[in-house]
Amino acid sequence: MTRAEHTPPSYLTDGNTLRSWLLTHDHKRIAILYAVSITFFFFLGGIAAALIRLELATPAGDLMSAETYNKTFTFHGVVMVWFFLIPSIPNTLGNFLLPLMIGARDVAFPRLNLFSWYLYVTAGLFTIACLLLGGVDTGWTFYTPFSTMFSNSHVMLTVVGVFIVGFSSILTGLNFIVTIHTMRTRGMTWFRLPLFVWSMYGVSLVMVLATPVLAMTLALIAAERLFGVGIFDPALGGDPLLFQHFFWFYSHPAVYIMVLPSMGVVSELITAGVRRRIFGYRFMVYSIIGIAVVGFLVWGHHMFVSGQSMYAGIVFSILSFIVAVPSAIKVFNWTATLYKGDIAFGAPMIYALGFVGLFMVGGLTGLFLAAVALDVNLTDTYFVVAHFHYIMVGGAVMAYLGGIHFWWPKITGRLYSEAWARFAAILMFLGFNLTFFPQFLAGAEGMPRRYHEYPAQFALLNVLSSAGAALLAAAYLLPIGYFLWSLRYGAVAGPDPWGAKGLEWETASPPPTHNFDRPPIVNDGPYAYDDP
Amino acid sequence: MSFLPRASSFAGRVDAMFYTLLGLSTAVVLAVFITMLVFAVRFRRGRNVDRSGHSHRELGIELAWTLVPFAIFVGIFAWSIALWVDMRTPPANAATIYVIGKQWMWEFEHPGGQREIDTLHVALGQPVRLVMTSQDVIHDVFVPAFRVKQDVLPGRYTDLWFTPTRTGSYDLFCAEFCGTDHSRMRGTVIVDTPAGYAHWLATHATASLAERGKTLFTRFGCAGCHDAASAVHAPHLDGLYGSTVPLADGRQVLADERYLHDSIVLPASEVAAGYAPVMPSYKDRIDEADILAIVAYLKVRGKDGETSHDPR
Amino acid sequence: MSPTTTRHAEQFDDAAQQREAATFGMWTFLATEILFFGVLFAAYTVFRTLWPDAFASGSRHTDLLLGSLETAVLLTSSFTVALAVRDIQLGGRAMAMWLLVATAILGVAFLAIHGVEYYADYKAAVIPGIRYEEVGSLAPAKQLFFVLYYVTTLFHGLHVTIGVLLLALMARRVRRGDFSADEYTPLEISALYWHLVDIVWVFVFPLYYLVGRS
Repeated sequence: MTRAEHTPPSYLTDGNTLRSWLLTHDHKRIAILYAVSITFFFFLGGIAAALIRLELATPAGDLMSAETYNKTFTFHGVVMVWFFLIPSIPNTLGNFLLPLMIGARDVAFPRLNLFSWYLYVTAGLFTIACLLLGGVDTGWTFYTPFSTMFSNSHVMLTVVGVFIVGFSSILTGLNFIVTIHTMRTRGMTWFRLPLFVWSMYGVSLVMVLATPVLAMTLALIAAERLFGVGIFDPALGGDPLLFQHFFWFYSHPAVYIMVLPSMGVVSELITAGVRRRIFGYRFMVYSIIGIAVVGFLVWGHHMFVSGQSMYAGIVFSILSFIVAVPSAIKVFNWTATLYKGDIAFGAPMIYALGFVGLFMVGGLTGLFLAAVALDVNLTDTYFVVAHFHYIMVGGAVMAYLGGIHFWWPKITGRLYSEAWARFAAILMFLGFNLTFFPQFLAGAEGMPRRYHEYPAQFALLNVLSSAGAALLAAAYLLPIGYFLWSLRYGAVAGPDPWGAKGLEWETASPPPTHNFDRPPIVNDGPYAYDDP
Repeated sequence: MSFLPRASSFAGRVDAMFYTLLGLSTAVVLAVFITMLVFAVRFRRGRNVDRSGHSHRELGIELAWTLVPFAIFVGIFAWSIALWVDMRTPPANAATIYVIGKQWMWEFEHPGGQREIDTLHVALGQPVRLVMTSQDVIHDVFVPAFRVKQDVLPGRYTDLWFTPTRTGSYDLFCAEFCGTDHSRMRGTVIVDTPAGYAHWLATHATASLAERGKTLFTRFGCAGCHDAASAVHAPHLDGLYGSTVPLADGRQVLADERYLHDSIVLPASEVAAGYAPVMPSYKDRIDEADILAIVAYLKVRGKDGETSHDPR
Repeated sequence: MSPTTTRHAEQFDDAAQQREAATFGMWTFLATEILFFGVLFAAYTVFRTLWPDAFASGSRHTDLLLGSLETAVLLTSSFTVALAVRDIQLGGRAMAMWLLVATAILGVAFLAIHGVEYYADYKAAVIPGIRYEEVGSLAPAKQLFFVLYYVTTLFHGLHVTIGVLLLALMARRVRRGDFSADEYTPLEISALYWHLVDIVWVFVFPLYYLVGRS
């Protein structure tokens, strides 16, 4: 199939003005807008992380003041959670791929999609304004009564920013749910959906049902600060634990907003790298939905030592063990998919296998924290910090970057340098482990988190961690270089450079504005690599 | 936890569980890694091996690796809950020490009236129950060597208990972010021999906490209503601690430290049956340390060795 | 995407798919809304359990007569909007437009009555953060009642306001002849939204006006 003159222009060349980008309704262009903005925030949050690791390289608080340090880790948390991790895969890869994968021309509500991006940008401006005006020092968790009565920093600006970005999340989730329900092409039944689409479906459910709880809770915080009333302030009859319950009712499912999409991406990457159907497709689907649903019932495991009752601790503990089962299934199924495969180790596959390893370590350490008697000792220490970085950075960021590599030829039509990409992936894996593995040890030794200064016995582990962070920073900068290079000098990719299956590989790279010349018809389940 | 001393009766049990879980996790990680490695080598692209057959679905295998982890999880859960229930159930002979967290220091009050800042003396082998509250934001008492941790909340009491099993000095950290100098809100727990501890108590003796509370009880005018001689119809407080109080709204509550505390700062919340809700709130009028002293006094009021105002 | 140029937006295969998507989208949105209000109802439940007397006393402060009137007004408006949809389904137009106008007016009436209540509260000084002069032992906990009452009713009022604007817009589009017996999705989902506004009130009213009043 040669590209003839009458071939429709790709989405990248269909309009070259800034206006054609900023007012676009094309899901693929909106994905690019998101990709650019979240990359900006990723590096902003990354700078904060670098400053934190620099400060912690020595036990004394010698680089910055305690107040600045507190503002730095708060900024790191707020930016990474709400402005990078949560929108990362859903809003870039999800936006780009979801309609392609189900054979649709666009999402159900393209204008709403663009509006979500503007909400995101507005929220981002609030957060940057907060940074420029002096920052906020509550931690990303905004625990009351510190955030409502005692903090003198810019809590309001941050809260408003997060409130707005929450709406961006809700609208994206709504858009995806409706798109998946109503816009699948002919033959694309529910159990023929690629797992990435299923993961988008799970994540959208969580976005739509959990985010409003956060938004309303933040609105109550704002009301407390503005009017001096006290829903969460014990001095006024309120209850600080109620805040924690509301907050974690959102923020625990939010962890699944970050990790479910990664599971979807990794399923695509592994099947393509192995050229084999995923092992146990249905179990993979059920476990995505299982995680999304049970994920709503485990928020109390963040509060074992908060003062909630002993019995609440018991209930949340068993539920937390239950939610680990579907994650275990996924790890085993990915491993089993390798069996009798035709395995190539391109950069996306290296990222995917790295993800499985790091996610497994993050998940297993999660069991330590679900066991309430161990959690007592480990919670609020660096053990927890290491645990969730294994899930969010080792898991979500690895998967995000793996996905970007895998679909880069589809998105841009060009191939990047495979050697550089593999090098960056391996460097990232090593740097990551050097950064965060010592934190497990520091936490098990009792080092509390959010400490600006720390006792000297933790110095060695922190030096290792800071050294790892330097490697990690280098590994994150590399892709910027070779990706930009590929845009100009990379080989032309063709529709399907990996020999991968899936509707997105059946159209041109980069795809035309309306994705397919004619609506595709699906006759088989996903990953039909064993069919001729 | 290699450098971390095991200095409480929980430490050994927590560590045993920690290392068991660590062993299990390591086994799982190794098993998966080795399997992946074997598959990766054996089935790498370009190698001529048998790749026939579909890998659609193996219900038996999948059920196995669903149910086996689940069974293991339930086992770990049961083990952890047994330990957790112990951690949450202080023995009757535990000595109560009061703790007040404030930005950014710890204040400890011994029953004998000894007060310490950022240092806590306890006796080897003597179970200790910490009854804790905060003057401002949420703090958290964390003693890694004891493997215990508990948030300290404003406006209510939380508690925590341990039995020290090794003499020495151990770190105490604030583990809940509490503002600018959070990382400096540290202290030391000194576990002394019973004799050494007794000596320390004797050399730091002041008026006991309950005696101080009794003075405060008079100074803040509590006695004006709550003494038997008073004309005001107010509840008698002798022997109140530990009893069950019927409330005006029909509920019954246990008169524990929380109830006594809340009755002072939020008297309207749980009005005893048969009394009008006329007591004003003493919130902001008495600080948490003084409330603790009054609570300590109320706990002994009307008991042996206490000269009650009301001899009945 | 303007409905005057095409029968359906270009991302859809046909009008049926577009209708399905729009309706399903509104239902999803309503699910989100329920969780927004859910936080407030959960907070209400917690504090009502914690401070039963203060909440009962707060309840007695609300105006039962005006509250009942508001309920009647909203329930009637749900009825009129349903009639409007029915009229369009049967091919009507003028009747539907007037029913929508009536619904919007009822919505405005609801807001106006609420305004009267707020003004009375202001005079009685029970608006936390603005004018709150309750004293006595129940005052702090009672303030929680009023905070929740205000956050809930203001948030609900915001929904009513948006609904009124939406209904006014729909009335205009009906008048312009945008809808027919087989194409009236925007009207249908606007009505759906209005029913949600109504249903939320059906929960707000007993919680804040009735429970513990006796």
